[in-house]
Amino acid sequence: MRTVKLRDVVNARAGDKGNRLNLAVVCRDPRHYADVARELTSERVAQIFASRGPTKVVRYDLPRLAAFNFVLDDVLEGGVNSSLGLDGHGKSLSFLLLDAEIEID
Amino acid sequence: MAPLAYIGGAAGFAGDRTDAAGPLVEALAKADGPRFLMFETLAERTLALSQLERRRDPARGYNPALERFVAPILARCLAENIRIVGNFGAANPPAAARRIQEIAREQGLRPPRIAVVEGDDLAGTLSVQELAARETGGTLLRGASEIVAANLYLGAQPIAEAFDRGADIVVTGRVVDSALALGPLVHAFGWRWNDWNRLAAGTLAGHLLECGAQVTGGYFADPPLKEVPGLAEAGYPLATIDGDGTIVIGKPEGTGGRIDRQTVVEQILYEIHDPAAYLVPDVVLDLTQVTVEEIGPDRVRISGARGHPAPETLKATVCVDAGVLAEAEISYAGPNAAGRARLAAEIVRDRLTRRAPDLEFRVDVIGVTSILGNDENAMRNTWNAEAADVRLRFAAQGARTEDVRMLLDEVEALYCAGPAGGAGVRRHVTPRLASASCLIERRFAKPRVTMIEAPE
Repeated sequence: MRTVKLRDVVNARAGDKGNRLNLAVVCRDPRHYADVARELTSERVAQIFASRGPTKVVRYDLPRLAAFNFVLDDVLEGGVNSSLGLDGHGKSLSFLLLDAEIEID
Repeated sequence: MAPLAYIGGAAGFAGDRTDAAGPLVEALAKADGPRFLMFETLAERTLALSQLERRRDPARGYNPALERFVAPILARCLAENIRIVGNFGAANPPAAARRIQEIAREQGLRPPRIAVVEGDDLAGTLSVQELAARETGGTLLRGASEIVAANLYLGAQPIAEAFDRGADIVVTGRVVDSALALGPLVHAFGWRWNDWNRLAAGTLAGHLLECGAQVTGGYFADPPLKEVPGLAEAGYPLATIDGDGTIVIGKPEGTGGRIDRQTVVEQILYEIHDPAAYLVPDVVLDLTQVTVEEIGPDRVRISGARGHPAPETLKATVCVDAGVLAEAEISYAGPNAAGRARLAAEIVRDRLTRRAPDLEFRVDVIGVTSILGNDENAMRNTWNAEAADVRLRFAAQGARTEDVRMLLDEVEALYCAGPAGGAGVRRHVTPRLASASCLIERRFAKPRVTMIEAPE
């Protein structure tokens, strides 16, 4: 086992709908799918985003695409409707995820 | 061999590159079969802004970039029988169609057959209260007195009908983005409206095309981990679809960018929630069995989309006035820049606490903490930050400019009365729209297709 930054093994892209964020996570090498599935649980993602107060995190698994889709509720400070931040859509938040560390075989 | 249809994705949002279509048109001109050029230019709020513009001037309210998108490629498309479909009609599709007729006349071209798709506008169909009763995932409309815009997401049927009636160009307002590809495909292949797997495949093709370069290397690069060659001149996507709904994504020869499993899968999941149930008006798309294969340099085959019967209700976006967003910024540079920025923020906070206790605002220290943090993080992180070039940003929201003017004024006053070396104050007040989603019964959707004749 070794520790890596998520960004060393996966790609991620963020999208929004209202105050809900989706994070597409794609294994750069499909052989890492099982490691990422084990390490990057919805609980772990909730922890990474704790400062933004998610009320719910759901992970959808897409083994054929070696990818996962995470849906995080209420992390966009009200979303583009009411956020005072520069990134009301949360488009940059994929990089908050990618900075986290996981263990891989 | 089964016949093929070709669709170029020339724009993914209203502000997209207007020179992306050129290489796509050249590539389409070489292809044999039904060929379409698709422009997606209508984000959620873009339509509400267009609605406001139409109220000011009934001849406007379509995408202001329409001419820059269409004028450069209109002659070649008409000559090569490459048909065009776009939601650049925004709040006024007939006016957009008339503008395209004018462009054709100015260029000395034959009058194109232009169809407009309308019926997405719910104003006059449902009252504010009726819309509020149908709001989903929020209560923005409860108590709202007036709406700026209320538009249904129409599906692909009116677009297919328009092409069936011989349109060279189809101009729409609000339709679900992927319908801009599904409509042409249903027209080209004669798919039935209950052939769920093929409707799903056409929807997936549209989903891959609707963000332009986001599938061909745009929004992807993070060198050295994720390199994209020639990103500055990235080719936009060219989809080849067969009658069974197998999709190949490529791009015009000689363009930059990158298409492989990684770029395609990122886009497949873009703005998706449950991948087993992506709802559009014509079908429910299930992505869980989709496979992606690299079949050549910058060529990827996508197959396996599954479809389920179309949802009972349609989504509508309803926009209401949300006052103004006020932003003011000031820079600090050189030694102890973050420390002086922090002091400036504390001064503004301190003064407003006493003088306008109800005014809520946010502080960002750009260069230290802005995007990933909040106000609290920004203040904490400036304690020991060594950043030598930071920009302090304040933001507040109010019903009227008067409600937030004090924040703007306090930031400007930092010039003479704040920490040393403050510079470059900018103040902006931007009108704000808020949007709600509603689920509307299908009986309220009355899409209609009208052919716009060339002016005499």
